[in-house]
Amino acid sequence: MIDLAVTVNGRRYERRVEPRLLLSDFIRHELKLYGTHVGCEHGVCGACTVLLDGRPARSCLTLAVQADGRAIETVESLASGAELHPLQQAFHEQFGLQCGFCTPGILMSAKFFLEQNPAPTEEEVRAELAGHLCRCTGYASIVDSILAAADKLRAQ
Amino acid sequence: MGQPLRRREDLPLLTGRGTFVDDVQVADPLHVAFARSPWGHAEIRSVDVSGAAVAPGVAAVLAGSELPELTDPFAAGIVHRLAYYAMAVDRARYAGEPVAAVAADDRYLAEDAAELVLADYEPLDAVVTIEDALDPAKPMLHEQVGSNVVVDRTLRYGDPDAAFASADLVVTETLRWERYSSTPIETYGIVADYDAGSGLLTMWANFMGPMTLLPVLARSLRLPEERLRVIVPKDIGGSFGIKSSLFPYMTVVGLLAMRAGRPVKWIEDRAEHLIASSHQPDRVGTRELALTNDGEIVGLRAHVVDNLGAYVRAPEPATTYRPLGNYVGPYRVRNVELHLVDVVSNKVPTGPNRGYGCQQVYLETERALDEAAELLGLDPAEIRRRNLIPADAFPYETPSGGVYDSGDYPRVLELALRTARYDELRQVQAAARAEGRLVGIGIALAVDPSISNMGYVSVALPPEVRQAPGYLHKSGAADWAQVRMGPGGKVVVTMGTTPQGQGHQTAVAQVVADELGIAPEDVATVDEFDSHTSVWSVSTGSYSSRFSGIAAGAARRAAGVVKRQILEIGANLLEAAVDDLELADGSVRVKGSPDRAVSLRRVAGVAHWDPHSLPEGLSAGIQASEVLHVPTSAPPTDDDRINSSHAYGFVADVIAVEVDPVSWEVRILEYASVHDAGTIINPKLVEGQVYGAALHGLGGALLEEFRWDEDGQFLTGTFADYRCLTAAEAPRISLDHIESPSPFTPVGAKGCGESSSQSAPAAVANAVADALRPLGLKPSHLPLTPARLWELAEG
Amino acid sequence: MKPAPFSYHRPRTLAEALALLAEDPDAKPLAGGQSLVPMLNFRLARPSALVDLGAIDELVGIRVEDGAVVVGAMTRQWDLERSDAAHPLLRAALAFVGHTATRCRGTVGGSLVHADPTAELPVCAVALAAELVTSSGRTIPAEEFFVSVFTTALELGELLVEVRFPRAEGPWAFEEHAHRHGDFAVVCVAVAGERVAVGGVAPTPLSWDGGELEAIGDLYAPAGYKEQLARTLIARAREKVA
Repeated sequence: MIDLAVTVNGRRYERRVEPRLLLSDFIRHELKLYGTHVGCEHGVCGACTVLLDGRPARSCLTLAVQADGRAIETVESLASGAELHPLQQAFHEQFGLQCGFCTPGILMSAKFFLEQNPAPTEEEVRAELAGHLCRCTGYASIVDSILAAADKLRAQ
Repeated sequence: MGQPLRRREDLPLLTGRGTFVDDVQVADPLHVAFARSPWGHAEIRSVDVSGAAVAPGVAAVLAGSELPELTDPFAAGIVHRLAYYAMAVDRARYAGEPVAAVAADDRYLAEDAAELVLADYEPLDAVVTIEDALDPAKPMLHEQVGSNVVVDRTLRYGDPDAAFASADLVVTETLRWERYSSTPIETYGIVADYDAGSGLLTMWANFMGPMTLLPVLARSLRLPEERLRVIVPKDIGGSFGIKSSLFPYMTVVGLLAMRAGRPVKWIEDRAEHLIASSHQPDRVGTRELALTNDGEIVGLRAHVVDNLGAYVRAPEPATTYRPLGNYVGPYRVRNVELHLVDVVSNKVPTGPNRGYGCQQVYLETERALDEAAELLGLDPAEIRRRNLIPADAFPYETPSGGVYDSGDYPRVLELALRTARYDELRQVQAAARAEGRLVGIGIALAVDPSISNMGYVSVALPPEVRQAPGYLHKSGAADWAQVRMGPGGKVVVTMGTTPQGQGHQTAVAQVVADELGIAPEDVATVDEFDSHTSVWSVSTGSYSSRFSGIAAGAARRAAGVVKRQILEIGANLLEAAVDDLELADGSVRVKGSPDRAVSLRRVAGVAHWDPHSLPEGLSAGIQASEVLHVPTSAPPTDDDRINSSHAYGFVADVIAVEVDPVSWEVRILEYASVHDAGTIINPKLVEGQVYGAALHGLGGALLEEFRWDEDGQFLTGTFADYRCLTAAEAPRISLDHIESPSPFTPVGAKGCGESSSQSAPAAVANAVADALRPLGLKPSHLPLTPARLWELAEG
Repeated sequence: MKPAPFSYHRPRTLAEALALLAEDPDAKPLAGGQSLVPMLNFRLARPSALVDLGAIDELVGIRVEDGAVVVGAMTRQWDLERSDAAHPLLRAALAFVGHTATRCRGTVGGSLVHADPTAELPVCAVALAAELVTSSGRTIPAEEFFVSVFTTALELGELLVEVRFPRAEGPWAFEEHAHRHGDFAVVCVAVAGERVAVGGVAPTPLSWDGGELEAIGDLYAPAGYKEQLARTLIARAREKVA
């Protein structure tokens, strides 16, 4: 067992964990932050994506112990109180989700993506989204959501 | 109604506060892992679970060999009784079939222990392909059947022999389609809790119905049905039919909870999901069309074989039978012969998958029709025009017993051609061909059945079985909703529809608000299923695109009863006749005299706080609970006709593609899709369903494929091998709609959840065939992967 | 899909890491984990211990030295992709490597040592005639580094320390065909000046000499399919550099 201290969504947590514990399981079952979802556990579907020191990471391809001393952001960090993040707002307005299972990972990737590329083209959004599987929407409304969020964020 | 109201489901999901099955909280659960057969087909000489039982953290172990003592086999609607248990008993029949289950303190320990299960296998020759299953030299999976063919029925309507004998032209197309699945991103999940005192087994599962499977489950567990409580959590992370098939795992998890005396949880992982959840059957289908020189279809023959895998898991063999009422699609042909065969093999059992049986039928018919058009020198649009059921023919009874409720097929086809700019596309194609480029255009039409009649599966049984004394006939398609107005004049609608992202709450709020003349924000909605608190019947569930027709219809009926109650109370308060009153803007008022009005809040206040003052015949409070039953859903007739669905929408898809002659990739240049799903409750919800359905159809037609080697070893056990389409490959779709309200549903709505999943495969296959025609190549093996097209080109 | 048990070390220096690996022949180094952790989750890899290289600062960084661009083995792919110092061929090829989330975690050294025959970085390393510097002081030319599928010239307990990409002048091109965006390539081709390297056709990146191509087929791409695809991609790439 290994001692571990992480900051998740601005709050510090200390836990003792097995080395093999995946970060995804740590976030969900140790920290009880159920917004991060697990879809494939081999890094393809993207549902479990979180930000690790500000950059996207598949939490299923990261050991919890590797996050020691680092800062993690999950979907629970996006809204401030009742106020949705512009990405969340755009997904709501553009019907960018159906079952919502893949959505948290997409939101976290999109947050980083728009920080890097505030005015993306549709093709760039689609290329970025290729790292996430959604089986409900056919993707068009997700693409529209991210483009709309980019507009909102640029206007801010 | 009809407005693109934003979804009320979104906020929790966007902020990480959804409630999926893995989020269900029970105290200190055990976690399950399975030991699974590495062989496709093997006798199991022994299974030794002693090492697993004493492994760290293990609280309970269950071997498949124990199941005949503890459970009964799962029933299915075929003549033969297959010994289908939740785990392999003495023979493994597919790679990935569970042979033992372990419950331990956490999933990591459970997987450690599952590795210690020692099974001794004697491998057998595997039955993998449809040809294997039809080969008498191959071993039988279930010796009591005497064959690997488990269902073989020939259905005749009209006079197909005469039609074929007199035809000017007969075209025959044989298509092979490998297995795919909609692979929801949330896998199966079950939490079980057994109370030994009361004998009640409670299970939370992301099970989507049909609830026909709950009696099947209770019987397998040998539990009286009132001792089995099944609760479906608020959120299901997609299903598309696939989660219907999780019930055998509920038997295992339930038994482990009983054995361990502690709550038990199993969340399927992706490897398990790909190898051992459920797939659409692989299929070989031959379509023969008999035509006149004018292009009129006078006869249709089908010969199909569906490969159901190792067992027939209910509701299978429904894949083969669900399209029965709409087998002729939108065409007038009256002479039909269907030879329908189901086989078993060493693949995972099959089950419902978006489109359920219809995409195969339309692929076969629409491909054959394009070949007929080519031979007759007709444009593919023109040959379809010449065969469509006309708009004045509704309701239209098909030769196989379907009753198409409403529609205007010619108008939808023309609108789709206009939306696609079909004539321009043909010019673009001609120019591209002149440059040697492989550009093709495909049209596909699909009658989109919704609201399944529970009776259609019984056509798999010969009439003499159905006529035998004591046989319990199957029919119907009921669902329930309750509408209640509280003392403050606000409304709660309760359903038990087990949605998986469709936005049922948003839509039903629109329907009820519309009926009651209030704002949707004043309607709270609940759609969780609980077998002990929901009102339900065996047909309950979110499958066969049934919500907008049946559950929303029941809600509208219930709201209508509530409206009547409100008007009666209002009439009493206003001293007016009910017929002179209207409900609008949150008040009851006299038509034409808006100042003579009483607020809904007042009406509700009286109903709840002062029921003594209510007119005679009214009970305290304002509420109604309605079960909407569908009288047109009758059992099959003795001559095998059945109205297999209750409403029938229509889809016209036009797709243009370019095939790259080096990579042999199919690129979609244009996709236009026009739908008639009857009355539209919320156009954005419909759009979302069409987009999702289209992508499933395209994925299954172009890239997604489960594969096995000749020994039955599974080859596609990761999401890198089973390749779902991503946003980079997904097309934009030019969408349009017409609305032909269904006369048979209270809202006028028909289903649209499966829509283009049934037509996109045929449209894209026709487009690829059109693109390859100058090379003299005809693709007939789906999915149309680059490798397969290259092999076709190489000869 | 949970890993089998292992112990875990996070050394701060290369020397410590090497000592830990020397102690335990069943220990495995952990770089970015984007290939290793899936194998752990499927229990296809079952090391006794993981030696996490993530805290060894000396393995991270991009510097220009004697006209070569030297990239520390633990440099994240995302950082190399965005480095002005990196050869434009590398930057172009990295855009095809997985997805943003895997490039942010995945390392340059990890990808090279993983030696997937369809991966982009090994192909670029061969095309650019990179030299791979190991912990035992060996400098191995890229063409000799890749031995077979998932197999390199590294000895047990030896680590890749850095990669030296000679400053290749002149035209370059990168061509790839994958079935889906972000997938491993079916075939990819890197051209740097006169050098042409092909990925996906052989057990290792193929340094192409202009002769006949013979490919090894797989589940999704028969040999002949890959061969004609490779020929076309080579022609396209050479057309670009011409």
